[in-house]
Amino acid sequence: MSEMIQTVPIELTVNGRRRALEVAVHHTLLDVLRDDLELTGTKECCLVGECGACTVSLDGRIVDSCLVLAVEADGAQVTTVEGLAAVDGHLSPLQQAFLDKGAVQCGFCIPGQLLSAQALLAENPHPTVPEIQEGLAGNLCRCACYQQITEAVLATAEGADR
Amino acid sequence: MHTFAYARPTTLAEAVALLETHGPDARLLAGGTDLIIRLRNGTLTPVVVVDLKRIPELCLAIHEDGGRLVISATTVMTDIAANELVRRHFPALAESAAVVGSVQIRNRATLAGNVCNASPAADTAPSLLVYDATVVAEGPGGTRRILVDDFFVRSGVTTLARGELVTAIELPLPARKMGAVHVRRTRRRGHDLASVTLCCGVDDAGVTRIAYGSVGPRPVLVVDESGALADPAAPDEAKALIFERMFADASPSTRSMRASPEYRLAMLRVLGARALRTAIDRLAQG
Repeated sequence: MSEMIQTVPIELTVNGRRRALEVAVHHTLLDVLRDDLELTGTKECCLVGECGACTVSLDGRIVDSCLVLAVEADGAQVTTVEGLAAVDGHLSPLQQAFLDKGAVQCGFCIPGQLLSAQALLAENPHPTVPEIQEGLAGNLCRCACYQQITEAVLATAEGADR
Repeated sequence: MHTFAYARPTTLAEAVALLETHGPDARLLAGGTDLIIRLRNGTLTPVVVVDLKRIPELCLAIHEDGGRLVISATTVMTDIAANELVRRHFPALAESAAVVGSVQIRNRATLAGNVCNASPAADTAPSLLVYDATVVAEGPGGTRRILVDDFFVRSGVTTLARGELVTAIELPLPARKMGAVHVRRTRRRGHDLASVTLCCGVDDAGVTRIAYGSVGPRPVLVVDESGALADPAAPDEAKALIFERMFADASPSTRSMRASPEYRLAMLRVLGARALRTAIDRLAQG
């Protein structure tokens, strides 16, 4: 039995660039970012909203993109890890701090960690360690770099004052 | 993921009509943090998914109306936890909304979705029970208001009728001064489901309301009107007897991986006593 797959035209802005595309209604924002737009920095992992590897910013708020249908992002502003560095390719201060503190081991969780950390700092420029742990609780790191990730966020917050 | 038709109605009437036509073959999409998991793992295979986020009546900001605080169906946990009115009048609801899932989940998950999912472990259920919240449902027969205590049946089952959808959760502004707190026990700090989730509210007439979840098929509300629990001078033995009566309805599952029944029942008593002390302190502090 062949099933009719409904598709819907959507428009969204990804990393500052307007995109218009036709998406299957049962495809998630994660599917469309990775497969249709070939932005593979955002990772697919647990698919149940526990690991945070698929974290992106949607209209200024971080979400698990595996739990958002692409059609729900119609009209939205999306930022992925590919949108964090400056246009000239220079890493953002947060990205640089992750490297400097050794927070990146295998790297798989890092795109999500960066998006969550950036959202935390935007809302709370000087987080305490417990606030960082709470803000990043939705991002698991199997290399267990939590200490270094926390240090990178603290260093970024301190660096922003200078 | 199994495919389905996607509908994005812009009026409540259209959404109700879709529900009436398709019955259980239609599933409502608000935050999607539970629905999309179940669409993907195949435990739900709806014909149509109805996205509620373009219906203006379901997207109102949190507001007061005639002595009640109204929280629309698409309001997410992040906005509830941060809202000034919620924090002032219903601090335990703000506390419970702030511990649901992770930041990513709270940015999508709605209070109405948490209630409709009717999970025994729903963290917002105990505070809604303590604050005597009402679920507002719209259906083919018009608007119906259901006390949240009459809404939960068991996991995933509520008293919503076919064709009805939840448009808002309403909380009556407290007539008396109340001190309240939400507490819970999880395996790990951060992002986890509760092994026990509990809310305690004490008002200045000496009435203590305790609601607890994750220890039975549905969240339970119990009320002590004797004044003994709320009395800081009452002996602990007297309080322990009342607690035993209040917790008699707890019947934790033996099959859950999160915690054993023995552990949950022990922690229920610990959390109950702890929450009572905090609620009394908060009442005294005003």
